[in-house]
Amino acid sequence: MRGLFKALGIAAALALAACSPKKTETAAAPAAAPKAGGELHIYNWSDYIDPALLTQFTKETGIKVTYDTFDSNEVLETKVLQGNTGYDLVVPSNHNVPRYIAAGAIQPLDKSQLPGLDKLAPDVMAHMAPFDPGAKYAVPYMQGTIGIGYNIDAVAKRLPGVKIDSWAVVFDPKTLAKLKDCGVYFLDASEDMYAVALNDLGKDPNSHVAADYDAATALLMKARPYVRKFHSSEYIDALANGDICVAIGYSGDVLQAKARAVEAKNKVRIAYSIPKEGSQVWFDLFTIPKDAPNPVAAHRFIAFMLRPEIIAKASNFTQYANANSAATALVDPAIRDDPNAYPTPELNKRLFVTTTKDQALLREVNRQWTKVLTGH
Amino acid sequence: MKRSRSGLAAILPFLWLAVFFAFPFLLVGKLSLSHTVLAIPPYAPQLHLSQGLPGFRTFLAGLSGETYARLTQDRLYLDAYLSSLRIAGLAAGLLLLIGYPIAYGIARCPPKARQALVMAVILPFWTSFLIRIYAWIAILKPAGVLNAALGLVGLGPVEILNTETAVLIGLVYAYLPFMVLPLYAVLDREDESLIEAAQDLGATPLSAFWRVTFPLSLPGAAAGALLCFIPMAGEFVIPDLLGGSETLMLGRVIWTEFFANRDWPAASAVAIVLLATLVVPIVLFEREQAKVLS
Repeated sequence: MRGLFKALGIAAALALAACSPKKTETAAAPAAAPKAGGELHIYNWSDYIDPALLTQFTKETGIKVTYDTFDSNEVLETKVLQGNTGYDLVVPSNHNVPRYIAAGAIQPLDKSQLPGLDKLAPDVMAHMAPFDPGAKYAVPYMQGTIGIGYNIDAVAKRLPGVKIDSWAVVFDPKTLAKLKDCGVYFLDASEDMYAVALNDLGKDPNSHVAADYDAATALLMKARPYVRKFHSSEYIDALANGDICVAIGYSGDVLQAKARAVEAKNKVRIAYSIPKEGSQVWFDLFTIPKDAPNPVAAHRFIAFMLRPEIIAKASNFTQYANANSAATALVDPAIRDDPNAYPTPELNKRLFVTTTKDQALLREVNRQWTKVLTGH
Repeated sequence: MKRSRSGLAAILPFLWLAVFFAFPFLLVGKLSLSHTVLAIPPYAPQLHLSQGLPGFRTFLAGLSGETYARLTQDRLYLDAYLSSLRIAGLAAGLLLLIGYPIAYGIARCPPKARQALVMAVILPFWTSFLIRIYAWIAILKPAGVLNAALGLVGLGPVEILNTETAVLIGLVYAYLPFMVLPLYAVLDREDESLIEAAQDLGATPLSAFWRVTFPLSLPGAAAGALLCFIPMAGEFVIPDLLGGSETLMLGRVIWTEFFANRDWPAASAVAIVLLATLVVPIVLFEREQAKVLS
C-alpha cells in the first residue's frame, strides 16, 4: 500500500518539477553537459529512490522523468521480454542479467557517455563479473542482503534470551510456533528463498541437484504453517506498524521499516540480522532495454547516479549500500557504519551470490515453491 | 431500406465479438501451442506474414500440444481449477442470498426511492476498485477496524485477513452490484396484477411470492449468478490482496506460469482451459433463455 502512495507522491513531485520555470534549469546544469531534453521512462523497485533526486535530475538536464515501480524480478523480466515496454532504464538483479543478455533484451552501454565508472568499487565489480563479463551491459545501483527483520520487543517477549542470529529462528518449527501469533512473513521470491533455505541446510545455494531442492522444500513446508503471508514488499509497513514481528526480507527494506517506525514514534523497534550461517548478497543494476526510446537520456541518468554526492543521497534514502567507493564517505554515518548495510570484510566472507538458472531448473524450483505456498 | 439497416445493426454485435473475443482468443490459443525460448518475445514459433505460405507452413509445423499434456501430468492445475470453481460457486451463492433481498426491497419501493436506491448500489463504483479492496485490508487486518470494534464489546480478536473468508468477503463486496442489478431489472418489470390475482385466489403473501414472484425472477438470478461466477473464477487481484498463500486459484497459477516461470504457453493453455470450460455453461444458459423468451 505504501508503495502506491509513494508512487503517487513521486508523480506529484515530478509534476511539480515539470512546472518549475525553465530558466532555473539552465543555471543549475553543469556547463560541460548539454541539455538532452525529452523524456526518460524509468522502471525501478518500489521504495527505491529519493524523489528529490528525480526532481534535481530534471532541473539539471531538462529531461522529464516518468518513474514506475515493481516489486519482483519476475514482473520486470516478463515485461522487458515482451518488448516495446517504452522504458529507457530498468533495474534487474544480478542473477537475472545473463538471461536478459542471452535474450538480446538489453543493449551494451556506451561508456564514453558514462564519466565516473572508474569510481565503482573493484570488489563489487569482481562479484559482478560472472553475470556481466567485461561490465558491458550494467552499472550497479544498490546492493543488499537477505536476512531477518524483527520487532525487538515482541520477539524478546516470546523468545527470551534467544539471539536472532541464525536461520534456525525462521526455519525451525519450534521457535516459529512461538512467533506465529505475532506474525511471520516470508518473501514471495522463489529463487531467493531457495538460496537461503539451501544455505541453511549446508548445501550449495546454487545447487543443480533436484534432491537438494526437495530437501529445501521439506524444510520450507515445515515452516509454512507458521507463516502468515508470503509477500515481497508488504512486510516493510507491516514491520514498521508492529503488525508482524518477524520477516525474511531484504536488508534495506527492513532498515527502511526501522526508520519509518522511528519517524512514526509508535514505540516499535525494528532490527535486521544477517544470519551467521551466511546469506545471499545481491546487486541491482541499471540496464538499458534494446528498444529504449531514449537511450541518451538513460545514459545521462546513469551518469547522474554515478556522481558520488548523488548516489550517497540515494543510499541515505534507501538504506542500501552503493557500489561507488568515492561515495562511501558522503553516506550518512548511521548507514555507512552499520554492518547490516555496509557488510564488514569478515561478514562479506559469509555472503554468496545466486547464479542464473536454466529454464528447466527454474520451472522445477517454481513448481516446488508453489507447493510451499499452497500446500499442493 | 429498413431491412438493411436492421441487418447492419445485427452485424455490429458479431463484429464486437470477433474483434474483442474471437481474435484475442485465437492469439492466446496460438500462444498455448508454442514453446518457450529465451528471446523477445519469449516464445516460438513466430508467424511472419512476409514469408507467405511456406512461412505459414513452418509456423504450423512448429506448434505442438505439449503444454496441454503437461497440464494433465500435474495435479496442481486440476486442484487449482476445482478450488477456483468452489470459491466462485460459494461466493455466487452468498451473492444470491444477499443480493436477492436487496433487489426485492428496491423493486417494492415507490418509484422515486427506487432511483435513489439503485444509485446507492452503483455509487461505490465511483471509487477505484483497488482503493476499495485496500480498505478491506484496513478493516480486516489483525489490528484493524473490525477487531477494534469487536474489542469494544468484549469479543476476542478474529483473524480474517489472509484467509479464504477474506477472499469471499472481498468477492461478495466487489460483485454485489452485478448480482443486484439483473435481479432488480427482472423484479421491477414484474406485473403486480399477477400478485393481486394470486391473492384473490387465496394465496398468502408468502406463497404468492414463492409461487409467482420467485419463479419469474429466476432468469435474473441466473443472469446475475453467471455474470459474477465467471469473472470470480478467474479473479486474481482480490485473492492476491486479501487471501493467504494457501488460497489456490487459477489466477495465481496463471500468474506463476507467466511471471515466475516466464512460460507464456503454459499460462495461455491454463487460460484457454478455463475459458473453454466456462463457455459451455454460458451457451447452455443462452439456449435456456431463448426457450423462456419464445
